[in-house]
Amino acid sequence: MTLWWIGNVVLVVVLVVVIVLLSGVLKAATSIVPSVRAIAGTAAAGSKDLDATALLLTTQEQVQQTVAVVANYGGSLDVILDDAEER
Amino acid sequence: MPFAGVVTIAVIVLIVLALVVFLVGTILQLQKITNGLDEVIASVGEIVAKSAPVNDVVNDINANLDAGVDLLEGLLVKKAGMGDAVGLVDGLYPGAAAAGFRAFPESGEVSPPRIGEVYTRGTLTLARLGREAPIAAATPAGPVLRAVEYGSLNARMLYPDGRQARPEKLPRSPVIGTDSPEQYEQREDIGQPRKRMRSA
Repeated sequence: MTLWWIGNVVLVVVLVVVIVLLSGVLKAATSIVPSVRAIAGTAAAGSKDLDATALLLTTQEQVQQTVAVVANYGGSLDVILDDAEER
Repeated sequence: MPFAGVVTIAVIVLIVLALVVFLVGTILQLQKITNGLDEVIASVGEIVAKSAPVNDVVNDINANLDAGVDLLEGLLVKKAGMGDAVGLVDGLYPGAAAAGFRAFPESGEVSPPRIGEVYTRGTLTLARLGREAPIAAATPAGPVLRAVEYGSLNARMLYPDGRQARPEKLPRSPVIGTDSPEQYEQREDIGQPRKRMRSA
């Protein structure tokens, strides 16, 4: 009978330990949820901010055309203008 | 059943209940975390997909711009000479002469000529063509010439009168109009009564 009561005490201790440990796990899991939601919101906003990257293709094309025009002007100026005199 | 057995069963039931309550709560929170991470993964996937071509596109843009800069710098140095080219750039962007041209490392050591100094013919031609060369600026810190229509005249006005090769403003010759010296289509019937057709 004495051993039985000792076993009951051990069980009570086990109950307290289980409650403490699982409470900590639940608290940690609960605290992760807001962080995950914030990360999801930030990632969505970052993805939306990158919508304009498609315009880089237009910029690339415009830069190529502009440099080509500048090269044509440069070639014409090279023919029209005299070179600098050597000093 | 002895009292100790009842206590044992009660404690075991409490342990099981505690396990159920906390584990179920943890499972629910983990499900929320999983759903949130799914959203994160979707957004991150979009970011990766959208930013994938950026590196190549930006590198291509930079390569084109580098080619343009090298071309213009080379042309400027070739036509204006190193000293005047540095002076032109420094006049447009005060302090830029210290950096020099990228394709000409020695240009950083050239002391830019001061504004108002007599430039070579090539530089003057560039000033006339560019309409905003520093040769037409009053002071290095002041605004450069931006008169599009009279840029050439304004550039020439900076030089002494003796350097001007022609008058500032040529007299106009009226070619057309009522006061022109030569009237075309001189017809005698102009100003006379209109001729009438005879009636049958």
